[in-house]
Amino acid sequence: MIEQFENEMKIEFLSKATNEAFARITVAAFASQLDPTIEELADIKTAVSEAVTNCIIHAYENRQGIIKISAKIKENKLIIQISDNGNGIENVDVAKEPLYTTKPNLERSGMGFTIMESFMDSMEVESIVGLGTKITLTKIINKENRPSEEEFQKILTKE
Amino acid sequence: MESKFYDEDKLLIFKITDEIDDCNVQKIRRKADYEIERYMPKKVIFDFDSVTFMDSSGIGLIIGRYKFTNMLGGKLEVANLTQSVKKIFEMSGILKLIPVTEICY
Repeated sequence: MIEQFENEMKIEFLSKATNEAFARITVAAFASQLDPTIEELADIKTAVSEAVTNCIIHAYENRQGIIKISAKIKENKLIIQISDNGNGIENVDVAKEPLYTTKPNLERSGMGFTIMESFMDSMEVESIVGLGTKITLTKIINKENRPSEEEFQKILTKE
Repeated sequence: MESKFYDEDKLLIFKITDEIDDCNVQKIRRKADYEIERYMPKKVIFDFDSVTFMDSSGIGLIIGRYKFTNMLGGKLEVANLTQSVKKIFEMSGILKLIPVTEICY
């Protein structure tokens, strides 16, 4: 059975560093219909930026390639997929370790996967050497824990 | 990025006004290194007050400038961290090494 989503979008762009801002802003604009907090939106932008940077630096190593992003919404869940047809990752478990980097000479911190993993609710990495990598990030926009408009007004008038 | 050097205190302040990502970080790095080498400051402060976005490339930027400043005999601090910048720096552990301050002009 095909899973049904309430909304969906796809973008494709060249692996140029100038597109990093375009990618994260586009995904954030799509995510905004879930009414996220500023912090949740910042988390999403950072995670997307890390994934896209990985595609440019590691997957394509500054060659020109195509990066694809799709985002889907189901209830309060945002699912983002970022994929490339680049080098692929030899050992995903090692790559995910904090501070691990194959390019330390360029002041790379090796924190990309760690940030994606901790800023989002889940992260999945599928990679085949020579074929490419697909990252699936999920973020649950947690509206339940926030006061409703009514409760908020109550709090304001009490003060 | 704007910078100001206070001669009497040998203090060099960088106010970052760009979004800090892999795309912009090279430009910031080049300018910072040039000015640190030019002024040989006793203290370098990076002001994050106007930073609207930062990803992990900011960690490499600050560690790199920290090492460079130290090598030239100076100290480095970060100032006016926004919530999201602080979150990323805390995760990397660099705040155990680099002091955080508040500055106003």
